Amino acid sequence: MAEKKSGDLEKIEKLIEIMKRNDLVELEMSHGDNRIVLKRYPPMPPSPPAAGLGPSQQAAPASGNIPQTREVEALSAGPDKGLLAEIKSPIVGTFYATPSPDSEPYVEIGSRVEPQTVVCIIEAMKVMNEIKAEASGTIAEILVTNGQAVEYGQVLFRVRPD
Amino acid sequence: MFSRILIANRGEIALRIIRACHELGIEAVAIYSEADKDAPYLRFADEAICIGPADCARSYLNIPHIISTAEITDVEAIHPGYGFLAENINFAEICEECGITFIGPPAAAMRLLGDKVEARKLARKAHVPVVAGSDGAITNEAEALKLANKMEYPVIIKAAAGGGGRGMRVVHNDISLRSAFSAAKAEAEAAFGDGSVYLEKYIVEPRHVEVQVIADQAGNTLHFYERDCSVQRRHQKMIEESPCPVLDERTRDSLCEAAIRLVKEAKYVNAATVEFLLDKDKKFYFIEVNTRIQVEHPVTEMVTGHDLIKWQIKIADGHTLKFRQKNIRHNGVAIECRINAEDPERDFAPCPGTIAKYIAPGGPSVRVDTHAFQGWTVSTNYDSMIAKVIVHQKTRAEAIATMKRALREFVIEPIKTTIPACLDILSHNLFVKNKIDTGFVERNF
Repeated sequence: MAEKKSGDLEKIEKLIEIMKRNDLVELEMSHGDNRIVLKRYPPMPPSPPAAGLGPSQQAAPASGNIPQTREVEALSAGPDKGLLAEIKSPIVGTFYATPSPDSEPYVEIGSRVEPQTVVCIIEAMKVMNEIKAEASGTIAEILVTNGQAVEYGQVLFRVRPD
Repeated sequence: MFSRILIANRGEIALRIIRACHELGIEAVAIYSEADKDAPYLRFADEAICIGPADCARSYLNIPHIISTAEITDVEAIHPGYGFLAENINFAEICEECGITFIGPPAAAMRLLGDKVEARKLARKAHVPVVAGSDGAITNEAEALKLANKMEYPVIIKAAAGGGGRGMRVVHNDISLRSAFSAAKAEAEAAFGDGSVYLEKYIVEPRHVEVQVIADQAGNTLHFYERDCSVQRRHQKMIEESPCPVLDERTRDSLCEAAIRLVKEAKYVNAATVEFLLDKDKKFYFIEVNTRIQVEHPVTEMVTGHDLIKWQIKIADGHTLKFRQKNIRHNGVAIECRINAEDPERDFAPCPGTIAKYIAPGGPSVRVDTHAFQGWTVSTNYDSMIAKVIVHQKTRAEAIATMKRALREFVIEPIKTTIPACLDILSHNLFVKNKIDTGFVERNF
């Protein structure tokens, strides 16, 4: 049964597709008086097994169950029962907390972050990749140390969202 | 000897390589995608690193992630297994550039033999019989029609960048050639990124016979005899055996020597399999070379007593083959059955699902290569192979009896598998009497 969709609905569907395809968590578009904000919580994959790469993870969700919301993930994430978003490594490499050996770290516990805030560098094959927070809030936990090897999906920071 | 190797693969071959590493005193680093995070073989690795999400392109085919993993885990070499990046020239070159040993052939040899058109040219140069066909890629329909009529139908259109049985079309006359030609080019472009196609005479009811070859860095090249892989369905092998039951000694020697000549011509190093078609007159024709270790390598291991994965590692490390061809003996008969999560009654449709009950066969002369376990969920992310069952006996009749016994013991419930189909084939009169060819399965099942 074909339905004629309104132009707006089509636009929104397209934006959702763009978000999914590029794995975005937040997208805002303004055009004149019109403004649209889309927020998305992608399903969190379960934490990887402790592979000797760093401090062991907090209690992980039951294996095989992929939590559908960040709330579920956060409640089992540790002693702090508040809502915590996780910043995970999107690549494999070496974590650096500072832009260069002598500088201050990008963020510390309590630092305020926005989606575009660079929180760390992960070096892979001699390329320094700037990792963005992709969340708004304050840094609640830092789970890795300078120079530590990290794998795909490894939790680097926990953020208390606004 | 290497102290640490990264295995750029998953599943049963990853486990196979971990085992070879450990027996050689080498540490093994395994990689896994998020979909494989519960794989039990990961615990046997000395380190296991998550390299991406389930999607292959972002994990097992993700060269930057894999190379980065190799760097942070400080490995000296990478074993690519089969499939995935095993025949990826770009990956082999990147490993070379990063100072990591790629356990396989040099990129140049891979390039030469990976292109099916170039490989045919090389075969002619090495005086290896090839199937009659075009000298190079065929660019237009008129050329194809002319050659097809000269060679006589039936002919097969093949993708130059293809392989593994994909991108091939058999045509029987001018009308079907016209309609198939541009479609085949388009398919090749879509599947392999290269629309080049070539033509070969289609050999009717051939047997598929391949020769296992290993070459070391000093140029010594030896063969480890042949495998017959005629039991295929849609060009995917189901059952393999060694020796080829219809070859006489003279033809076997010619076949194996031809394989060695071709591989030497390409200055090849490490393991390769040279594939041939055997026609009804026992004449053999070269079709392609697989520049990697193959799924069915255990068949050769059983009949020769050589560990091919260990040889791959040792050769990459610079060891030479310190024995002669005559020192490699062929003993008895080995048969392998591939068990896939497919339903033979629904045209072998893939059957993903959780294996609630899993009991592998055992007993004398039975080998099971698998990563499957009770509670494992076969997903749609990767290929549907669950296990390989290999048997080795003195005679073919005994090997068939042992394989049937082993398959009947194999419990994989409740999902559907190809075990019943294998049992049917093993009991089929034509299979038992060696009267089969590559069309046997599709005609009779």
